[in-house]
Amino acid sequence: MISMKNKGEKNKHIGLKDKSALNQEPSVSKDTGRKTILSIVYIFVGLFVLMMGYFTFFLLAKSDDVINSTYNLRHDVLAKRIIRGNIMSSDGEILAETITDEDGNEIRSYPYGDMYAHVVGRVMRGRAGIEEMENITLLTSYSNSAEAMYNDLVGVKNPGNNVISTLDHKLSKVAYDALGENRGAVVAIDPRTGKILAMISKPSYDPNNIDQNWESISEDSDNESPLLNRASQGLYPPGSTFKLVTALAYMRANPDYLDYNYKCKGTTDYEGMTISCSNNKVHGNLDLKEAFSKSCNTSFSTIGKELAIDDFRQLSESLFFNKPLPARISNNPSSFLLKTGESGVKESMQTAIGQGRTLISPLHNAMLAATVANGGIMMKPYVIDRIESAGGRLLKGYIPEEVARLMTAEEADYLKSLMRSVVTDGTASRLNKLDVKVAGKTGTAEQEGKKPHSWFIGYAPANNPRIAISIIVENKGSGSEYALPIAEKMFNAYFN
Amino acid sequence: MRIVIEITKYLMLIMMGAYTYHAFKASAKKNDNALKKTFRQMTIFLFLFHFTGYFTMYIQLQSEKLLLLYGGQVVLFILVLGFYKIIYPTISGLLIRNMLMLLSIGYIVLTRLSFDKAVRQFIISGVALGLGLLVPIFVQRFSSIRKYGWIYGIVGLAFLVLVLLVGTENYGATSWLTVFGLFTIQPTEFVKLLFVFCIACLYSEKTDFKRVCAVTAMAAGTVLAVVFQRDLGGALIFFVTYIFMLYSATGKHLYLLSGLAGGSVASWVAYKLFDHVKVRVMAWRNPFVYIDKEGYQISQSLFAIGTGGWFGMGLYQGLPTTIPVVDSDFIFSAISEEFGGLFALCLILLCLNCFLHIINVSLKTRDSFFRLLSLGFGVMFGFQVFLSIGGVIKFIPSTGVTLPFISSGGSSIVAVIMMFMVIEGIINGDNSLNIRKADANIADDIHEE
Ligand SMILES: [Zn+2]
Repeated sequence: MISMKNKGEKNKHIGLKDKSALNQEPSVSKDTGRKTILSIVYIFVGLFVLMMGYFTFFLLAKSDDVINSTYNLRHDVLAKRIIRGNIMSSDGEILAETITDEDGNEIRSYPYGDMYAHVVGRVMRGRAGIEEMENITLLTSYSNSAEAMYNDLVGVKNPGNNVISTLDHKLSKVAYDALGENRGAVVAIDPRTGKILAMISKPSYDPNNIDQNWESISEDSDNESPLLNRASQGLYPPGSTFKLVTALAYMRANPDYLDYNYKCKGTTDYEGMTISCSNNKVHGNLDLKEAFSKSCNTSFSTIGKELAIDDFRQLSESLFFNKPLPARISNNPSSFLLKTGESGVKESMQTAIGQGRTLISPLHNAMLAATVANGGIMMKPYVIDRIESAGGRLLKGYIPEEVARLMTAEEADYLKSLMRSVVTDGTASRLNKLDVKVAGKTGTAEQEGKKPHSWFIGYAPANNPRIAISIIVENKGSGSEYALPIAEKMFNAYFN
Repeated sequence: MRIVIEITKYLMLIMMGAYTYHAFKASAKKNDNALKKTFRQMTIFLFLFHFTGYFTMYIQLQSEKLLLLYGGQVVLFILVLGFYKIIYPTISGLLIRNMLMLLSIGYIVLTRLSFDKAVRQFIISGVALGLGLLVPIFVQRFSSIRKYGWIYGIVGLAFLVLVLLVGTENYGATSWLTVFGLFTIQPTEFVKLLFVFCIACLYSEKTDFKRVCAVTAMAAGTVLAVVFQRDLGGALIFFVTYIFMLYSATGKHLYLLSGLAGGSVASWVAYKLFDHVKVRVMAWRNPFVYIDKEGYQISQSLFAIGTGGWFGMGLYQGLPTTIPVVDSDFIFSAISEEFGGLFALCLILLCLNCFLHIINVSLKTRDSFFRLLSLGFGVMFGFQVFLSIGGVIKFIPSTGVTLPFISSGGSSIVAVIMMFMVIEGIINGDNSLNIRKADANIADDIHEE
């Protein structure tokens, strides 16, 4: 390291004289001494080189993620030097930007008001959403250009990097409008990649004036929880959408599931508990596909009675119940509480039709529909597509990540045929008139003393899915009545 | 204002880079005149760097006290360069300048972190440098210093035991001693010097099996005493220094290997036995999981280094004070945050340069006592730098070790100055040791191997 440069010069100046001087030292111990000392030098130089390599590696590769932590107080220091970057939709709409007024005051502006409040988030009154996840990115300026260095020198603020989200503004707007004044949430995912195309939660709040309205928003006297992102953090009983999981559990337990046969008499009783089909309808003789498409409660609760609780629980947990979702967006874990020794037959029957104590988030339900649509492979949902410099230069692209294969291709194919039959011959036949072939499952989650939650999960096109959605409308009525029309509008918008 | 801070930031990086480059160039120079020229350039960069640092702070604080401190330091630097050259004409100019460069980095960073601590550091290091003027004479005139090996060892051990009995606790380690109720010292720092002297004396006499056993027992006692002070980094430094000195004195690979194996076993036992060791390892492996408590310090350190990036935030532009004990164990993070990662890399290289220079003395001297002495000091210095920096960048678990010449801490600064002065004494006193050669030839040896 040191020697290279002056090798030539050295030979010139020292020459023979010094070499002979060295030779005059005969002692053997001196030679071993030299050797041991040199090996010590190697060890230490090695240690130092490794340490410097690690330091360089940290600064090059790891520091971006590390300093993004909310615990890093230096974010505020950076904010003084950089104009926070924009957050964009995938179709080029600005979802968040920083505007500097004549007096030089910076204002964070959200052109679509409360529409993206949860997913894009806020910077006032605590950070949330993408604003939090990519805080450092937005406060970092692509600095390799001479201009950035010059701006730094003359004290002009550099523009921060822009975050391009996966959100589809057109689709989001349709979902937002279709949800209307209702409470609830909509999630749309591209099942092939995991890109989150839309994520709406209502009621919402306007991040533009959160500071002024903070008292009323945080007090939440109406118990509406506008700050809660219902799409990923709201937990609801899944209702009949859970029959997807029950059907898979039945298929795993009974390889001859194609021979399933059940005669629905409209109700079934077990030790004083009565489970009835919706509107007390008598469905008659059913195979599994018919039972699913008609959403026959008596069939499925009977299946639940026979399933081994351990297997049922194991399957649910393999589908990410009882654990955090594999997603960067903050989420609450769905829960599946059936347990051997604790749960009786009654609870098993209720759980099988999505009542009982099972809870699921709309995001999770969308991921399950997307997993079926994607042939059994769950993709990690993500909301940030790429990071660009203010000048539009690509700095970092997020690539789709596989979470795991959660069901075999055969299982997924059969579940797809079940979901397709719901549209062709079942409770979602309303969607059959669309140009695009849709598959899905409706759900009505009964609520004690209140109107039920209305669910729909589904995907389209049925043979080559490009979008999977999950919709919940709180305390409004049945799935086919309230969630389906929203799905209809979204599919229409996405495929036209 | 902002523009000045930005410009000086890059200027300081350039000067540090240039200084480091010249330090390595000087290591390889043979020619007297060329070497003189390189030294002159190093001196210029040293003073320019020091000036730019205080200038950047002055324009932000506008405090006269800063000017006073700066002036004092300049006078000190001039006196050191002048006096040492006059009294010891054949001293190593490279080592002296490196020492002053490291000191000036320390002065600037400490002034930025805490003015009072910087003043204290300046006074103590100034006194130490003055007293240090006598050290080379001692080393070269009194050959009897090599006769008291056991005494050094026993006195050192006694000090450590004394600390265990009446010491005061600080940062979780019981290694401070209050002297006459006036000030506290950390005897471990001085025992380090005695320890190396002791080993060098005893092994330069003979290295038969009996001697090895006896000395190892004494070294083990010393290491254990430091372990009992809960000073893990200190214990590691003693241990590693001993193992390498033993290896070098005997030339037996077996000793090195069994020593390192024994050290690994001992570390594992310490991990199982002591909670404070477990906590450190835990915080190292996953600082962000324990960010609220055990991992707080290392997380803050990584935030500082990461946010500073390659070029740093500039003096007073970062938040180094959010890192606990930033002025001593974690000072490297503060440097990296405000001076930048490139500057920090130069600093590591500069320390490596000092290490190589000291080891080179060991390689060149024909006196076996001096050879072991300088080897021990070189290893001790190099390993302490490695532990300190490696710990704060999360390369290894943090062991709470100061960065020589830079961290605040009176005992540690005095000890390391004395250590360098002993090396200077060896270089100056050993007539067989041609200075230019000492400066130059380590490169050859690495090359020849
Ligand atoms: Zn039925």
